[in-house]
Amino acid sequence: MILDVTGVTKAFDGFVAVREVSFSVEKGELCAIIGPNGAGKTTLFNLITGHLPLDRGRVVFKGVDITRLRPHRICRLGLGRSFQRTNIFPRLTVFENIQAAVLVHRGRSLDFFTPVASLFREESEAILESVGLQDQGRTMSGSLAYGFQKQLELGIALASQPELLLLDEPTAGMSAKETSATIELVGRIAREKGLTLLFTEHDMAVVFSVSERILVLHQGRVITTGSPEEVRANPEVQKVYLGETRCS
Amino acid sequence: MNLPDPSFLIIQSLNGLTYAMFLFLIASGLSLIFGVMGVLNFAHGSLYMLGAYLTHQFVSWFIDAPGYFWWAVLLASLGVAALGAFIERFFLRHLYIREELNQLLFTYALVLILSDVAKLIWGTDQFSVSRPAILKGAVEILGQYFPKYNIVIIFLGPLVALLFWFILLRTRWGRTIRAAALDRETLGALGVNVNRLFTVVFFIGAWLAGLGGALVSPISAIVPGMDVEVIINAFIVVVIGGMGSFWGTFLGALILGQVYSLGILILPRLSMVFIYILMVLVLIIRPWGLLGRPLQR
Amino acid sequence: MSRQDWLWLPVLFLVLLLVALVPLTESRYAVFLGTDILIHGLFAVSLNLLLGYTGLVSFGQAAYFGIGAYTCALLMKKAALNFALAFVAAGAFGALSALVFGFFCVRLTKIYFAMLTLAFSQIVWVIAFKWNSLTGGDNGFVGVPFPQNLDSAVRFYYFTLAVVVVSLVLIRQALNSPFGRILTTIRENPERTEFIGINVKLFQLIAFMISGFFSALAGALFGIFNHSVFPDILFWPASAEVLIMTILGGMYSFLGPVVGAGVLLYLRMEVASYTEYWPLILGLILASLLFFFPGGIVGFFQDRVSRLRRKP
Repeated sequence: MILDVTGVTKAFDGFVAVREVSFSVEKGELCAIIGPNGAGKTTLFNLITGHLPLDRGRVVFKGVDITRLRPHRICRLGLGRSFQRTNIFPRLTVFENIQAAVLVHRGRSLDFFTPVASLFREESEAILESVGLQDQGRTMSGSLAYGFQKQLELGIALASQPELLLLDEPTAGMSAKETSATIELVGRIAREKGLTLLFTEHDMAVVFSVSERILVLHQGRVITTGSPEEVRANPEVQKVYLGETRCS
Repeated sequence: MNLPDPSFLIIQSLNGLTYAMFLFLIASGLSLIFGVMGVLNFAHGSLYMLGAYLTHQFVSWFIDAPGYFWWAVLLASLGVAALGAFIERFFLRHLYIREELNQLLFTYALVLILSDVAKLIWGTDQFSVSRPAILKGAVEILGQYFPKYNIVIIFLGPLVALLFWFILLRTRWGRTIRAAALDRETLGALGVNVNRLFTVVFFIGAWLAGLGGALVSPISAIVPGMDVEVIINAFIVVVIGGMGSFWGTFLGALILGQVYSLGILILPRLSMVFIYILMVLVLIIRPWGLLGRPLQR
Repeated sequence: MSRQDWLWLPVLFLVLLLVALVPLTESRYAVFLGTDILIHGLFAVSLNLLLGYTGLVSFGQAAYFGIGAYTCALLMKKAALNFALAFVAAGAFGALSALVFGFFCVRLTKIYFAMLTLAFSQIVWVIAFKWNSLTGGDNGFVGVPFPQNLDSAVRFYYFTLAVVVVSLVLIRQALNSPFGRILTTIRENPERTEFIGINVKLFQLIAFMISGFFSALAGALFGIFNHSVFPDILFWPASAEVLIMTILGGMYSFLGPVVGAGVLLYLRMEVASYTEYWPLILGLILASLLFFFPGGIVGFFQDRVSRLRRKP
């Protein structure tokens, strides 16, 4: 069990965004969290990664209680994350974006003397290649097309060599072609590196094609969890969620 | 340490209250502009100064007319308001898409420009305006004398506050302004002309500063440097009370007024340090001010 | 990026040579202005470490400049300390103040951060202004002599040049290092930087301290250069002025702030001889900068050069 979430609750001014959420993720699993808008998916991610303080509950990662830890510490333990809105370093080149994450991961962040231009070049370029950006190394990342920015974001998250990767809506705003390309890329990398993947998604085709297990959230609560077939057949899920998306 | 007698303390406190009302006028304009537009207007003190200079100018022109003082105050404050709106519309507006530092530095450039423009027009002499006839003279309080004019100011402050509070809360304009403070993008999407709203808000904010300067002209010397002196105090008021919080600004002005007027009696050399320490403490412990909301700005 | 450096290196060397030869012109004015520009160039570069590289808008940098100036001058005159020790102590005290102030400042963002830096700097100003017995108050602390072996304007000029060049090299080294790269990621996206494993506040604080150290050194040099220290170097328009220098020169280039300091100080000297309305001129320059030349002087030329390169 690489991630164990127990009884996590968070309220904002009386509005309960996440209510008694408990689940666990096994190492190497590809697990999706689905639920209608406002179900609390991003909030849950923010609670796990330390961006929001919990009201109640516990989060244990690789046996370590990370409930009260700050985000940078959680990251260093091996938990990576991508964000819903593209989170890159716009005025740095694509290469520099990845290299920054590599620098930190290799413990060189407090090095005041080594010229940084070619540091960890091979490792950074390897990551660029794994996300398909090997030709864009010198491009200013802020001027990249949206799809490429998302790939870069994935690259940054991967550069920290996480064991568990949280992806918040990785295919948001993408065309069908881009979506399937991204998902194929993500799935391949996850399998190659033995990553555990926990991601939120709206696109049901993606969810059912890639995930081994699905967690369904509704109004901050876990309705059910199980394999794609089990979830698809679950009547409560159909009522709450799948019924809506059949029209889309 | 000799404690002065109570009547003297009361007069000092009333002086502090008077000063607080001027601070409130300026700071409320500053706070309004910051709250709605996100611009911290360094030049607000300059607008105050121009209000004073313009009042002096209009008084010297209208001195023979009946009600000359009030006409001067009205025209001076409106003149400053028009200037503010002009600057916003044709200059500041172009900087909104840029980072906030640019807007901040532009308002500082205005401070430099406006202070020298005032020197060019009016020179470096000190001016003063005499109080209107009906408000000359003083009232006796506990054996000490306190100017009638100051009493009117003390009542004017809360009056203006209530007027604006009413406008902000009860009228449609006010609601639009408050909505813009919270989310200007959505407001724009709803069809409100946000650009025009900003100009109006800047106009009102500048008018308040100009009014403050106009009304202070009989009490305080009109002199170069009054812009710099007042803007820091206005910043402190807004920080302590809460940026963008209306009653917070009122509270902050009251606090600052009293700290200045009574602090001078108790520890004259340290009263200035008190103010800054208060500002630092508020920013450390409760950055959104005493009555502000914990919004990230 | 390093290829560009190789191109500029000979140019830089030439400029350095010219700067070193200034005293040969036998012009007291040139040596005076040169020292002033070097000092403020260092001051502006240390501010730009925060502004251009880390994305922190500090409105109170004058505090460290003033602390450096007062510390060095006071230690030399009142504690009879020799210059070398006083100089280093000034820098150390600047770094220490930056640590204390910065600890509170980095917990805030944007406008609140700027306000707190301003507030701290004003407190230092009030202390210098009111503590007459220590600092001489409004009358300033006068009679600061040249140190023993540097007892002429020319000698002090060369000393300043040496200190500034070494400091700039050190700062450049730090900004070109992994630490410096992390500072730029903090500028670009503090939230993301946190989640590549960086304690952002700690790094901002370190940047603050480095900046405070070098600003204080600049201030210490200034106190001696000026033979006196007045509280107005701590008053908030001084912080605004160094900000303007930085932006005038170009905050996205390393030496931009030095260029800005040079241009500003030169202009001020020249304009002051024609008119007393220097603030008006400065205000107009600043406004035109903001509207038409957002990259500053260096940014403007870099843009031109890259456009020329693009032409077939």
